[in-house]
Amino acid sequence: MILISNGRVIDPSCDIDGEFDVLIEGEKIKDIAPRGAFSEMSYVTEVDAKGMWVIPGLIDLHVHLREPGQEWKETVLTGSRAAILGGYTSICCMPNTDPAIHSEEIVRYIIDKGREANLARVLPIGAVSVDRLGKELAPLSELAEAGCVAFSDDGDPVYNAGLMRRALEWCRMIGVPISCHEEDKSISGCGCMNESALSTKLGLTGLPGVAEDVMVARDIELAREANSPVHFCHVSTARSVELIRRAKNDNIPVTAEVTPHHLVMTEQAVAEYDTYSKMSPPLRKEEDRQALIAGLCDGTLDAVASDHAPHEDDVKKIAFEEAAMGILGLQTSMPVIFDLVHEGVLPLTKAIDVLSTGPARAFRLNAGTLQKGSPADVALVSPDKKWTFGQDDIVSISTNSPFIGRQFQGAVHTVFVGGEVKLQNGKICI
Amino acid sequence: MKTMGCILYKTTLFNEILQEHGKMENAALQEAMTGNKNIAGTPSLLQGGAKKLEGVERSSLCYPDHLLSIESLTSEQLTQLIESSNSFIEISERELKKVPALRGKTIINVFLEASTRTRVSFEIAGKRLSADTINISGSGSSMSKGESLLDMARTLEAMKPDVVVVRHRAGGAPHFLAQELNKRYEKLAQRGQRVSTRTAIVNAGDGMHEHPTQALLDILTLYRKFDQDMKKISGKKVAIVGDIRHSRVARSNIWAHFLLGNEVRLVGPPTLVPQDYLGAFAEGGKISIHHDLESGLEDVDFIMVLRMQLERQEGFFVPNLEQYTRLYCVTEQRVRNFAKPETVVMHPGPVNRGIEISRDILEGERSLIEEQVKHGVAVRMAVLFHLATGRSSEGGES
Repeated sequence: MILISNGRVIDPSCDIDGEFDVLIEGEKIKDIAPRGAFSEMSYVTEVDAKGMWVIPGLIDLHVHLREPGQEWKETVLTGSRAAILGGYTSICCMPNTDPAIHSEEIVRYIIDKGREANLARVLPIGAVSVDRLGKELAPLSELAEAGCVAFSDDGDPVYNAGLMRRALEWCRMIGVPISCHEEDKSISGCGCMNESALSTKLGLTGLPGVAEDVMVARDIELAREANSPVHFCHVSTARSVELIRRAKNDNIPVTAEVTPHHLVMTEQAVAEYDTYSKMSPPLRKEEDRQALIAGLCDGTLDAVASDHAPHEDDVKKIAFEEAAMGILGLQTSMPVIFDLVHEGVLPLTKAIDVLSTGPARAFRLNAGTLQKGSPADVALVSPDKKWTFGQDDIVSISTNSPFIGRQFQGAVHTVFVGGEVKLQNGKICI
Repeated sequence: MKTMGCILYKTTLFNEILQEHGKMENAALQEAMTGNKNIAGTPSLLQGGAKKLEGVERSSLCYPDHLLSIESLTSEQLTQLIESSNSFIEISERELKKVPALRGKTIINVFLEASTRTRVSFEIAGKRLSADTINISGSGSSMSKGESLLDMARTLEAMKPDVVVVRHRAGGAPHFLAQELNKRYEKLAQRGQRVSTRTAIVNAGDGMHEHPTQALLDILTLYRKFDQDMKKISGKKVAIVGDIRHSRVARSNIWAHFLLGNEVRLVGPPTLVPQDYLGAFAEGGKISIHHDLESGLEDVDFIMVLRMQLERQEGFFVPNLEQYTRLYCVTEQRVRNFAKPETVVMHPGPVNRGIEISRDILEGERSLIEEQVKHGVAVRMAVLFHLATGRSSEGGES
């Protein structure tokens, strides 16, 4: 048995924030009680968490591990290493691999790779349609049985509304959500940054916010009619936040995530054509950023998801319009969100909630909590530690992060997954 | 990024040399420098002048210098460039159209997007200045074999050209090349290595962003039309008509007219003149959007008509070309009715006769279109001259 003692336990799933000790037995949390309650117990390994925060392991609903098919960008192993360093104990990987995650074999392949890596839990997201083309439904039940925790055609929207409607009906039966990349491509076209005065000045084709808004509106209505859960990926516009807020008020089964970069950056980041700040959806305006923060605070947005999207410099360090979309996120999500806490715009318990408990709730995962009997996925954080994210710190194969050189406060110290120590004193245990 | 920082200084130098040339009587020296007695070109004396001012020329004023946009120029720099371009026109009117101003300099024209007039114009400009010019076009280049822009930047840099002229389909591509080159020079400088040649980048049109030399030749055309007096083309009203959304020429011209203190009217349908233009440019000068030609042309001094891309129907920007022509074709009658009797009309070419501009305008008195084409070479000579000579002095060429 392992005893995590002397720490400040913050667990939004059961409204705990205080001096508690956590007792782990095997893969599970045996008990949680006020400090000193287990001091009489023998046969325990004690982990002293003095001065640290003890929180449920983080959960990322949106990562791209690029395996199979694009192993030069990232692999399940390297992505898992980045996850553990970032405090994540579960990561959900998107199916835009090659081939797509649209068959039982691919699901098992990824799960096996995740077990081999033996770090964070790797939870595949299956494709909604075969090859993510929106023409033919993927074998949804089979994928769920093999271990998919959600479905998505991410990278692309589910183009065909009729197919989306039927997929939602299946998903009501299976009990897993459809995670939607909302972008009407007939509107967004070949847009490469937010459509605005800035894109007009730079002469870059805009990717307007309304391309997202119309699809969010469509899928809210489909979720309502099918009474089946829809999860909105990387929400980026003020209008989408408002649409989701209203849908939740109407008790429509929708949840939503936002990325760390959309919470702290705006389109100004691309004013000098910085391709490391190019992603889809694009960085928007300050008013959108403020609406996203407000949506996170009032519970409209359930989760922060990194949209970890590794790309090699051959497709990134090129002309802006031609550069690939996406940035790294796993190693920097938590500290970026802590920046919002330090600024005073996000309460600490809310920050922990949107990084762990909230995502677990959205995908109905048995995780994101330190309650008695739940899996022992725990992270210990040194809240005051100041550090600078350097290029050499990146363990992903690609290095496309706009946060290189940024100073953070708050670092992951120790991570347990299923009761096993995976990270100790900031170093991965092998 | 600093651009064209040395224009002011270099032009002063150039003018000094011009004056000095007036005093110069030594025909033997002239002959030695030009290799031809008949070429009494002012730039032929540049080398002598440059030598004299060597100490000054080595100042850090001249680096890092590129011409990436009109947006980054000051009005003084614009004026100097126009005046300098004006003095280069004469060279193209000689029997022997060549001066040795850039002898020993290397210019690479990288045209990764189809272009005839701009490419030819840059090539002629380089050759008339006696530079060694090399052309790389899209299909024949290593880019078509998958070489990235970054690798190309490094390869080109290794060959130490003085100027690289870039036309690219992606907005910001020349900017990217300039950034990479500057980073590289900084790195070399940190290591204490001497940089013998700093390559200057000239933007010859990048996506929908800018086409600086086009705007310069447009302004030069106005300058020459109106008595070679910058004051006579300042404080005026200009209408830019047509597909402004997709036009790098429009963007460069907006900035150029702002530098002159002119009021800019953008005229066209809402699909081709988005409201975002107000937010994008309002801080730079007086700008307004007009969806009807009548109010757009009211009282304007200059009209710039843009080419209507025939494929714009596909993006649903216009229902059809007839519709566009009915509303926005610039005709003699419309100019006479809405603008002023003396209003002049320009077009960056190539024109679609009878679509965005009528035949009677093209053949009439107001059209400056032929002059525009003629002035392209002079403007590019001025730009190449300033950038190539601004750079060579830096660190001393070996």
